[in-house]
Amino acid sequence: MTERFLVEAVNDALHVEMERDPTVLVMGEDVGRLGGVFRATAGLQERFGRERCVDTPLAEAGIVGTAVGLCMAGWRPVCEMQYDAFSYPGLDQLINHVGRYRWRTGGKMEFPLTIRMPYGGGVRAPELHDDSPEAYYVHTPGVKVAIPSTPADAKGLLAAAIRDPDPVVVLEPKLHYRTSKQEVPDGEHVVPLGEARIAREGSDVTLVAYGAMVPLCERAAEAVDGEASCEVLDIRSLKPLDEDALLASVAKTGRAVVVQEAPRVSGFAAELAAILAEKAIFDLRAPVLRVTGYDVPYPYWQIEDAYMPSVERVADAVRRVLAA
Amino acid sequence: MTEVVPADRSLRRVIGDAEAVADGEVDGLGPDELLALYRDLVLLRTYDERSVVYHRQGRIGTYAIFWNHEAMQAGSAFALEERDWIFPAYRESAIGLVRGMPVSTVLSWWRGHPAGWWDPREFNVASICVPIATQIPHAVGFAWGSALKGEDRVALTLFGDGATSEGAFHEGATFAGVMKAPVVLFCNNNQWAISTPLSAQTAAPTLADKAVGYGIPGVRVDGADVLAVYEATREAVERARAGEGPTFIEAVTYRAAPHATADDPSLYVDLERVEDARETECVGRFERYLRRAGVLTDELVEEIRAEMLERMRAGIADAEAEPPADPALVFEHAYADPPPSLADDLAELRRILGS
Repeated sequence: MTERFLVEAVNDALHVEMERDPTVLVMGEDVGRLGGVFRATAGLQERFGRERCVDTPLAEAGIVGTAVGLCMAGWRPVCEMQYDAFSYPGLDQLINHVGRYRWRTGGKMEFPLTIRMPYGGGVRAPELHDDSPEAYYVHTPGVKVAIPSTPADAKGLLAAAIRDPDPVVVLEPKLHYRTSKQEVPDGEHVVPLGEARIAREGSDVTLVAYGAMVPLCERAAEAVDGEASCEVLDIRSLKPLDEDALLASVAKTGRAVVVQEAPRVSGFAAELAAILAEKAIFDLRAPVLRVTGYDVPYPYWQIEDAYMPSVERVADAVRRVLAA
Repeated sequence: MTEVVPADRSLRRVIGDAEAVADGEVDGLGPDELLALYRDLVLLRTYDERSVVYHRQGRIGTYAIFWNHEAMQAGSAFALEERDWIFPAYRESAIGLVRGMPVSTVLSWWRGHPAGWWDPREFNVASICVPIATQIPHAVGFAWGSALKGEDRVALTLFGDGATSEGAFHEGATFAGVMKAPVVLFCNNNQWAISTPLSAQTAAPTLADKAVGYGIPGVRVDGADVLAVYEATREAVERARAGEGPTFIEAVTYRAAPHATADDPSLYVDLERVEDARETECVGRFERYLRRAGVLTDELVEEIRAEMLERMRAGIADAEAEPPADPALVFEHAYADPPPSLADDLAELRRILGS
């Protein structure tokens, strides 16, 4: 075990997986010589050479599109999108091809590519460096999505994504790249996709979250300690989703607050709430509430704290489900 | 490093007109090769003409016609080795036929039946790409990735004039140039993107002019001259194999048929140009060339046409004989390792269908 920041755990996963499998190839803007704008790919080019840690042109659709061809040539590309909102040019390739190509070959060819990117707000950055685009990705058939909240999971989920036979998008909470530090297993470490994690045990309310909202929910749980015993469920893998863990937790607590920082309408929190409505309605003692970003463009950073779900908003929702 | 200069504006031609322009020859193409190429042209022509009929008869769905594109498709593919890959758009839906793909597979694709799935590695032909230009980055990535693995494989990708306006073309060509990918970017410039003429597509004097901006040589050929197409592609493939990177080929023709079976081109095309194009269409031109060269006889023409018609008859019969697809195929193949929720969905569907 070594104590690592979240971004260092990502870097460690890339080193381990590239060492383990010579067909793993990292590509993206500034990933080589610079080691990535967040240093997630630092040291890879020195260790594995310019052919396996590739500085690409500034062209996200080209990165994802050529990665499809690289898969067909036998590679396992790991594409870095420099920022959440910069990934959108790649959606054309992702939706039309990454998620469909295996199906289109009748399952004869696999497209084991990984797309990873820093996501989310609260970092006092210029416009379009703050988005939470998970809904676009989860909504794409054929594509899996994972979002870690801790350094150990950042390593383990990325390793699982790289080894997965299907395309996986991994969103990394950039807010916690260098604020979250913990002991991370050395060497090979895989956290299987499709397994949620109970981040904190509780008995009155389940706070359902992923990524940067998990530590926020943990703080909210502390804040209402004495009023309510909150369980915090870290979804970790949005697709495949660990429905059993979600239903089991809510069966125990009877109340759920789902938290996401993306805008509310058609966000992943709506999917989680819908599953609870379909499958847990008789376990529920209160309506499921959502705490989300608002349905507006992500604001300039001097007022971003008003947009981001806060401890106060989550605590307020907890009190409302308790009072229902 | 070779300097990349603007493309020669004139169109390369090999086939003459039996009057002012003499026939040329292509090194390495003897009577056997010429006849093999002719057979590919007739195969594709027969496929295309019969497909329009099958559509009218309600036996296949909407169909994208490629009449007078056969020389560009067969001529470019003929310049490849079997190990080289082809990345087609929907206009080249039947290009797998020249690689031995069954006619019924392509017809099944147009019938919307899962029997139209194929394993790209079986024929070294990628799946048909419908969104315009998006197959270009795939071809570039494949060529780049193959070279990285030390494999001697060239990728050929085909697309239309309209595709050169797409971001995917720009990004694909950019990567091709930078990665020095062994890829041939083959543009069928038939002057129309459905109803949009080339003049509304770009202000560039020629499409080959675009290539220089990517550091890629651009060449122009007569797209209805199968020998010129073949020769230009062969040179591009040789460059690619020699590690000299990509080539952009602009093959110029005039679309002499509707965009697809759902289209009415009389609303927008220049009918005189269509008449000209029909008179100089590629299969007839090559046929006359081969007759002048003494390679082709009336008997042989009839024999080859009859053979291809028979292949089509057998192909549509096979496609129509496919049993109805199992609805479970809705769920299969989307994932190698599917999310558990798909099993619940399949169970629900089976319950509703009572199957």
